[in-house]
Amino acid sequence: MKKSAFLGTAVAATLVAGASFAGTLEDVKAKGHVQCGVSTGLVGFAAADANGNWDGFDVSVCRALAAAVLGDPQAVKFTPTTGKTRFTALASGEVDVLARNTTWTFSRDVDLKFTFIGVNYYDGQGFMVPKALGVSSAKDLDGATVCIQTGTTTELNLADFFRTNNISYEPVPIETNAEAQAQYLAGACDVYTTDASGLAATRATFESPAEHTVLPEIISKEPLGPLVRHGDDQWADIVRWTLNALIAAEELGVTSANVKDSAMSAGKNPEVNRLLGTEGNLGEMLGLSADWAKNAIAAGGNYGEIFERNIGEKTAIGISRGLNAQWTNGGLLYTPPFR
Amino acid sequence: MSTLSDPPKEGFKISQLIYDTRYRSMTIQVIALILFLLAVGWLATNAARNLAELGKPLGFGFLAERAGYDINQKLIEYNSDSSHIRAAFAGVLNTLLVAFLGCLTATVVGVLIGVLRLSKNWLISKMMTIYIEGFRNVPVLLWILVVFGIMIEVTPPPKAFKGENPEAAMTLFDSVAITNQGVFIPRLSFTEFGWGYIIALLIAIFGIRWITKKAKAKQIETGIYPHTFLYKLAAFMVPLLACYFISNVFTKNQDRDFLVRSSGQITTLADMASADERFDYCLVGGNAGSLKGLSVLEEAGVTVRRKKFVTEKGALSDFSKEKCNVISVRESEADEIMAQSRLDKLGTDGTISRTVADFTTGNNIQVDTPELTKKGIPRFEGGTHIRNSLIALWFALSLYTAAFIAETVRSGIQAISKGQTEAAAALGLRSGRIMSLVVLPQALRVIIPPMISQYLNLTKNSSLAIAVGYMDITGTLGGITLNQTGREMECLIILMAIYLVISLTISGIMNWYNERVKLKER
Amino acid sequence: MTNSSNASYVRTEMLGEKPAPVGQTGIIRWFRENLFSSIPNAIMSLVALWMIYLVLSHVLPWIFQSSWNANSLKECRAAIKEAYGEGTHGACWAVIRERFLQLIYGFYPSELYWRPNLAFIGMLVALAPILFNKLPRKMLGFTALYPFLAFWLLWGGSVWLPFMIITGFVLGYVAFTMLPHYIGTLGATIAAFLVPVLFWLLLAGPFASGMQSIADVGLEPVESAKFGGFMLSILIGITGIVMSLPIGILLALGRQSDLLIVKAICVGFIEFIRGVPLITLLFVASTLLNYFMPPGTTFDIILRVIIMVTLFASAYMAEVIRGGLAALPKGQYEGADSLGLDFWQSTRLIIMPQALKISIPSIVSTFIGLFKDTVLVSIIGLLDPIGLSTNIRADAAWNGIIWELYGFIALVFFIFCFSMSRYSMYLERKLQTSH
Repeated sequence: MKKSAFLGTAVAATLVAGASFAGTLEDVKAKGHVQCGVSTGLVGFAAADANGNWDGFDVSVCRALAAAVLGDPQAVKFTPTTGKTRFTALASGEVDVLARNTTWTFSRDVDLKFTFIGVNYYDGQGFMVPKALGVSSAKDLDGATVCIQTGTTTELNLADFFRTNNISYEPVPIETNAEAQAQYLAGACDVYTTDASGLAATRATFESPAEHTVLPEIISKEPLGPLVRHGDDQWADIVRWTLNALIAAEELGVTSANVKDSAMSAGKNPEVNRLLGTEGNLGEMLGLSADWAKNAIAAGGNYGEIFERNIGEKTAIGISRGLNAQWTNGGLLYTPPFR
Repeated sequence: MSTLSDPPKEGFKISQLIYDTRYRSMTIQVIALILFLLAVGWLATNAARNLAELGKPLGFGFLAERAGYDINQKLIEYNSDSSHIRAAFAGVLNTLLVAFLGCLTATVVGVLIGVLRLSKNWLISKMMTIYIEGFRNVPVLLWILVVFGIMIEVTPPPKAFKGENPEAAMTLFDSVAITNQGVFIPRLSFTEFGWGYIIALLIAIFGIRWITKKAKAKQIETGIYPHTFLYKLAAFMVPLLACYFISNVFTKNQDRDFLVRSSGQITTLADMASADERFDYCLVGGNAGSLKGLSVLEEAGVTVRRKKFVTEKGALSDFSKEKCNVISVRESEADEIMAQSRLDKLGTDGTISRTVADFTTGNNIQVDTPELTKKGIPRFEGGTHIRNSLIALWFALSLYTAAFIAETVRSGIQAISKGQTEAAAALGLRSGRIMSLVVLPQALRVIIPPMISQYLNLTKNSSLAIAVGYMDITGTLGGITLNQTGREMECLIILMAIYLVISLTISGIMNWYNERVKLKER
Repeated sequence: MTNSSNASYVRTEMLGEKPAPVGQTGIIRWFRENLFSSIPNAIMSLVALWMIYLVLSHVLPWIFQSSWNANSLKECRAAIKEAYGEGTHGACWAVIRERFLQLIYGFYPSELYWRPNLAFIGMLVALAPILFNKLPRKMLGFTALYPFLAFWLLWGGSVWLPFMIITGFVLGYVAFTMLPHYIGTLGATIAAFLVPVLFWLLLAGPFASGMQSIADVGLEPVESAKFGGFMLSILIGITGIVMSLPIGILLALGRQSDLLIVKAICVGFIEFIRGVPLITLLFVASTLLNYFMPPGTTFDIILRVIIMVTLFASAYMAEVIRGGLAALPKGQYEGADSLGLDFWQSTRLIIMPQALKISIPSIVSTFIGLFKDTVLVSIIGLLDPIGLSTNIRADAAWNGIIWELYGFIALVFFIFCFSMSRYSMYLERKLQTSH
């Protein structure tokens, strides 16, 4: 009642996106779209083009989620968030899910009261230096001027790394990736540090990427994943299993091309059948339609396709799968079984 | 109104609270107070409920926790092991630094531009108009970004200074390096007697004021203002020179020793030079003895890396934490530390040994000039490092605010009636003296009040530091601390309180000054 | 002495007027007087000329040896190299060409651009009668309606929502004018506040949905996440200044009043807001404001920003209006009192109209300040022009471009702010002569 009372007084009631902490799923269904928090712009992960269409690796997760829940990959709206505003946006209910390369850490999970629903990208903080600097190990970086993007775990990892190795450095904190890049290219900082994926993405946009190298040291574990609010387990399950469905689809060979094939849906592999909803009632258990996973996969393909299209080796960013390969290929992607 | 009659004595009625002017204002105030308290209470309960729901009740305990991040420009001892509150304090000092520098420069530039704008020289006055309109009509954030961009894109990187035929060279007799990592200028280092200079300076100022007073008295008496320049020069130089020579007597022969933490046996500098080990020298910034130690080591052929500290205490504490392994201290102190380390068994694994190098502090003012590192990543070492973020913020804020101050100055000057200028000219004063003796002193009274608000604006605008990564209070407490702890409510409350205190202090001081220079109306 | 004209040394006819020496006429004289009147002056002129040359010789080639047709920075640099030779650093204005609409409208749907355009034109029309008092007073009616119209145009949605809000205000006004006969002025004032609030709380919702089902009139809704660019700056600036006006008036009156508690509250509020930087208030908008609302309420970041910007502007507005009130001659207050008007009547009919008129130049400069300050919203992640420039630079095609975007943004801000400041100066002059 109080809420609606406030709505009445607010001059712009249409601006007021009501959100209750109880049932995000009902809420999403009622408003007809998923509100997804993304970063303000990181090449390959989330960026808006001239027409305001968002695209990228994190964005694809949101689209798959929208397809799973509402059956329409376009039924998603994006809220750009900065390092400072992202958690508040999620905690206050402004966004339903935050897919903004956010590191899963203990304090965020427990103290800030969020639920990380999985890992969509295994990352780690690395260093990029110009080859001309003649540095081959991060331990040689004594006295270096280091550009850091603020608002992340980056500055803490960096401080710890340099303090443990007892080498001095000059931190240059910077708000945005674009600014950091400008400084690094001009030589105002000798080193640029952020997550290795971000380094690769940044390096890809340089005029001559070959002149820069990413040092072998990875100084932290950065499991990046989407997160939702504590306390809404149904919604957390939906997001978690949508992500799992994308990963499982790659493992099982389901792609955006063959997912609509009837042969695939009523195939011989019972796990595929369960995943695509032709057998069992997994969708119903989640409170979604039976073909939820099918829609999610059809939206942008399975995990591998999303990866290859946005950040994979064929794109300008050119990240190899590495840790993000399926467990069958020596990576860490290992989804629990669909049964 | 002519006849005064007592109001009829009646019993008090409730309606009087509204209709009787004697009570009405009271009623309104009480209602306003109640409404205000209700509103505040409503907001506070909501906040408390929401925070409780999120599981982070209001509490300031987190401020004592380890901050974990580094701050590049720090005016107090700080490292990533320090607490959040110390980080906030370092941030406050940075805010005050840039506000102080900015206000100073803005005043100088602003007054100059304001006066030049009224110049008879067409070109100059038009240029100043363009300057003023250009800066006033574009957001200050954009100016900060532009100056920052210029500093980064236009100035050479340190590696350009390297090699046989470097593309860039240091300016001002090889003492100042302008790079895109910042500007490096020489730094004066003093001994422990550095405070003596402050006293000497105070004596000098009082001396000069006393001479001025005497001269004024003489002018009133005889009508001639005596030549005071030489006296003033003497009053200025004598205390400072006296301080220099006296304290040199103490420091010249003050013996210093190196303490070295090393796995090998180190007793002489030659041992150090030949040791196969990396030496980190704890350099206390601005301390002549510590600086001398560094040059002694370098002369002896020992390669050391500098680790800079603000105070000797901080250096010693990091020395004991094995963060650096060479330090130079006074002989008496070295005795103490050796005795202490034997007690604490600090020197059990790697030993702390004392290198008898037989050097004394020497001159009590020494200059630390920046120089390019010979090995490793090309960069400048030594001197004072003025970072680009500080320069961008400082220059942009100064130039932006100067445009407003210039307008204030111009209108202040124009507010002085033309008769004053003409009368002064009739007395035979030259235009420069008319400005400084007649117009500006009067204009000052008009100028100061708007100037106060410009200073306030500049201080508040310094919070835009966050756009260029200058670690002011918004960057530390309102930036990284807020991000890392997730305590938005507490951080913002403290942040706002700090700005409020700074603003009120500035306006307090300036209003006091304004009262002083105001025309006394009696 | 009588015929002195015969004396040979007395001039009988005057010489014809000679033209002034070459150095004292025309352009040479102008140069001498204005540029080279003395040696220091001459030196200053030469230094100034040299500086102008220095700046222009760097900036002009950059501006003009540029490329307008390219789809990425690489293409653009190649095109410049081809056209003007190796080593030319020309501007890539192509980025402005490609992203022009985005810098103006943000991500607002392109087929709906007419709506912000119409709102902008409407704004000019609505402002005209305030700014130029020669125009017919009837236009003020449109001015009063305009905020609701603009809101509806920009955000779209059902027409009934703004309609209901207007209805609330109308009801309040009716209560204020009709009721005094029955329940006295004070009662009517209270009713004027209570009636609309009750109406919005209880009746507006059902009524609007009822009307919606009968007549579904509305525009396609546009979510505010799509707002950006200069449209966002203007929106925040204008809304902030318009909404801060009534609050500012109340605060100024409160600060002037003899009621101690009211005065203390007003002074406290004004000094608090003026003592903290806008950016901290924007942090409050982006991270804290939701905490102060009942649990479960969230509202849009743009609305939150507008709320905080309004509070910010109202403190400054209060000071501006206080200045206007102080500038009124005392006779005006005394005259109003002698006519037997009560406080609100005299304020409404005599004091405020004059005080506001005097304050308009200051209000305009407050607005200029606020409009410039709207770029700070980029720090909390909104896509104003500067925020968009970050976004554009995150695009692989335009990665590394800086000066073109900054230059364009600065130019647009300059045009807006400069013309407004000229207007305010014109107004100041006009007001001065009228006294």
